[in-house]
Amino acid sequence: MRVVVQEAPFDFGAEAAVFAAGRHDMGAVVTFTGIVRDLQGGGLEAMEIEHYPGMTEKALEKITKEAVDRWSLGDALVIHRYGRMEPGDQIMMVATAAPHRKDAFEAAEFLMDYLKSRAPFWKKEFSAESKSWVAARNEDEDALRRW
Amino acid sequence: MDVLYFAWVRERIGLPREKVETEAATVAALVDELRAREDRYAAAFEDLSALRVAVDQELTDFDAPLAGAREVAFFPPMTGG
Repeated sequence: MRVVVQEAPFDFGAEAAVFAAGRHDMGAVVTFTGIVRDLQGGGLEAMEIEHYPGMTEKALEKITKEAVDRWSLGDALVIHRYGRMEPGDQIMMVATAAPHRKDAFEAAEFLMDYLKSRAPFWKKEFSAESKSWVAARNEDEDALRRW
Repeated sequence: MDVLYFAWVRERIGLPREKVETEAATVAALVDELRAREDRYAAAFEDLSALRVAVDQELTDFDAPLAGAREVAFFPPMTGG
C-alpha cells in the first residue's frame, strides 16, 4: 500500500497505469479521482485545502491498512493534495486491487467515505464575492455507518 | 503542551499553534481554561458540537484525559476527499 500527501499535482493516468501493471492474481482494479467542482452557477476562483501535517499521513495510513485487511486487497493507493487548486484540478485519487471487482469497489468506497470525514483536511472556497469554509455534510457522517 | 488550531478555529483565535502551560486533566478542562483567556477563545470554543479534537494526532473526544499528552489539536469537522 502507498499513501501520499503532497501539494504538487499528480498524474492520474500514470499513477493508475503503474498501479494496475504486472498483476496476475488481481482481477480487478478500481480507481476514483476527486476533482475541484465549481460552485452552482460558477464563480469559484480557487479552493484551498488545509491539512494537519503528521496526523494526515497517520490517519490515511490507518484507514488504508484497514481497507487492505478487511477486503484482502492485493494493494491500495491513496494520493491526497493540499494547498491551492482551481476548478477542474484533481484533488485526490484512490486505487484498490483485488482478485474480484466487488471487493475492489467496496474497499474504494470505504476509503472514500472514511477519508471524507476522518482525515484531517479542510476545504475553503474562494469566489469574487466571498470566501468560506466548506461545511461537513451530515450525509458524509451517515455514510460511515454502513461500514 | 503544544495546542494547534486549524481552519476557522485557527482564524478565530488568530494563530496556528501555541505552547500552553496547563494542569488540565481532560480536554474539556483545557477548553475551559482557554475560553476564560479572551473573547476570541470564547468565540472559537462557543459550540463544542461544531468542533473535533485530536490528542497526539489521534481523534478523540472532549472527555479524553491529557496525562502525558504532548499535542492537542482543535478543528472543525473534516472535509477531505
